[in-house]
Amino acid sequence: MFNANYLIALKSIWRKETNRFLRIWVQTLVPPVITMSLYFVIFGNLIGSRIGEMNGFDYMSFIVPGLIMMSVITNSYSNVASSFFSAKFQRNVEELLVAPVPNYVIIWGYVGGGVTRGLMVGFLVTCVSLFFVDLQIFNIFVLILSVLCTSVLFSIGGLLNAIFAKTFDDISIIPTFVLTPLTYLGGVFYSISLLPDFWQAVSHFNPVFYMINAFRYGFLGIADVSLVWSFSVIGAFIVALYSLVAILLSKGIGIRS
Amino acid sequence: MHAIDLTNITKIYKGGVEALKGISLQVKEGDFYALLGPNGAGKSTTIGIISSLVNKTAGKVSVFGYDIDTQLEQAKSQIGLVPQEFNFNQFEPPLQILVNQAGYYGIKRKEALKRAEKYLKQLDLWEKRNQPSRELSGGMKRRLMIARALMHEPRLLILDEPTAGVDIEVRRSMWEFLQQINQEGVTIILTTHYLEEAEMLCRNIGIIDKGQLVENTSMKSLLSRLATETFILDVDPPTHLPSSDYFSIKQTDEVTLEIELDKTQSLNKVFTELSSQGIRVNSMRNKANRLEELFIELVEKGTKDV
Repeated sequence: MFNANYLIALKSIWRKETNRFLRIWVQTLVPPVITMSLYFVIFGNLIGSRIGEMNGFDYMSFIVPGLIMMSVITNSYSNVASSFFSAKFQRNVEELLVAPVPNYVIIWGYVGGGVTRGLMVGFLVTCVSLFFVDLQIFNIFVLILSVLCTSVLFSIGGLLNAIFAKTFDDISIIPTFVLTPLTYLGGVFYSISLLPDFWQAVSHFNPVFYMINAFRYGFLGIADVSLVWSFSVIGAFIVALYSLVAILLSKGIGIRS
Repeated sequence: MHAIDLTNITKIYKGGVEALKGISLQVKEGDFYALLGPNGAGKSTTIGIISSLVNKTAGKVSVFGYDIDTQLEQAKSQIGLVPQEFNFNQFEPPLQILVNQAGYYGIKRKEALKRAEKYLKQLDLWEKRNQPSRELSGGMKRRLMIARALMHEPRLLILDEPTAGVDIEVRRSMWEFLQQINQEGVTIILTTHYLEEAEMLCRNIGIIDKGQLVENTSMKSLLSRLATETFILDVDPPTHLPSSDYFSIKQTDEVTLEIELDKTQSLNKVFTELSSQGIRVNSMRNKANRLEELFIELVEKGTKDV
């Protein structure tokens, strides 16, 4: 049962998490903005002008939603992964474990921090993109829902990573070897209709593809697969990962001896 | 009512190490209780289980009547924990650490700020409230952990070696503070390697060795088992080492004598004999190792029994 005390606890965890990444804004907010600016300049302006159109839109307009989503994904994920692992490493996660805080409050507190950073970075990258492209919004509701769900999903993913992590290497392995390839192959830079049939089919197993698909629809009104299917996949991943994290925390795996 | 009631607690870690072998222990409300034992005896595991940082293998734990298996959150609300190692975020300032901790217990920010000010002032940390915690000295960090544990005003305070690595002046001020909050009604359980600390502060004592409780009694009754007592005498430099058939005596330095007496022997006779040998006694104190003697005796006995 949720009571007022849990709400205070939730706000406290969220505030702590938000203060953490704001305190080190040079490490957390500036780098993704600079990286994405380079993407806009190189892929959008320099190379993009030679590529021409993609699905009826100039290349720059096509890749902007994917690049915004890419920054949301990596920042939501890495915020929770590094923060929760640091809390384990410094053992200050014990502050939460000895307190009467249910596991779901801990999960949503950390996810709240990850989502806040993800959305903040996404907003900053969107602002930068306005220097390169005349951004239009086709469906604000789809746009907000897709970016929010994606941020939640990857924040939970980061938490899952941190629960299992035993060293700092463990929290960089998944982003490097799983998250980055999935994002690059999820249709940030191309429409999957350009791929041969086999690779199109393979792309449908990539959850990031559905997120970028829905987000791009919000901006441009074009989609490679239906929105219902995209949100169903995202929802299913959220439920699955959340359940896994909740079970792990209740058993004390990775946090209690 | 018992502040804590442990019944047959066992803990077997992965790999088969049996850290606790069926410990049963009660600590009364309002007590100042020492939990002693050599390194690796199971003290921290016991504390970890009570504060739910360690999952027990079997047994029952209740905190002020709340069973940790069925009423975990109520049980947790009663406990303030000061762990052995610094476990706060070293990048956060003390004020933020305390306010966050209060929030986890459902205390509103306004009230949390008030309490943080109270405890930071009481523990001489107010001036450092906005400084990153990693810049605090060892003693300050220990006091910060005590302040953090008190933020939700727990009925039971558990301190796992709170004065480790702290200089004597700070240690004594911490003792005074702990005595004060104990007098205000907070039950305290303390583990320490400084047996003098346990002797000075605690009314009751439990000794754990190899995962078993080898002693659980009052400090007074434990100390009364000592057949002899050692006194340290500060004297004017003697011209010769005094001798006596009545008591054993040794000179530890130029102006200090150590004498050992049976409980039945009289101090009057000691002074008379020393005076007759031209020794002038300027001051006298107990040698504070009485508990240490008993501790070693009990632990060694346990080793032989095994």
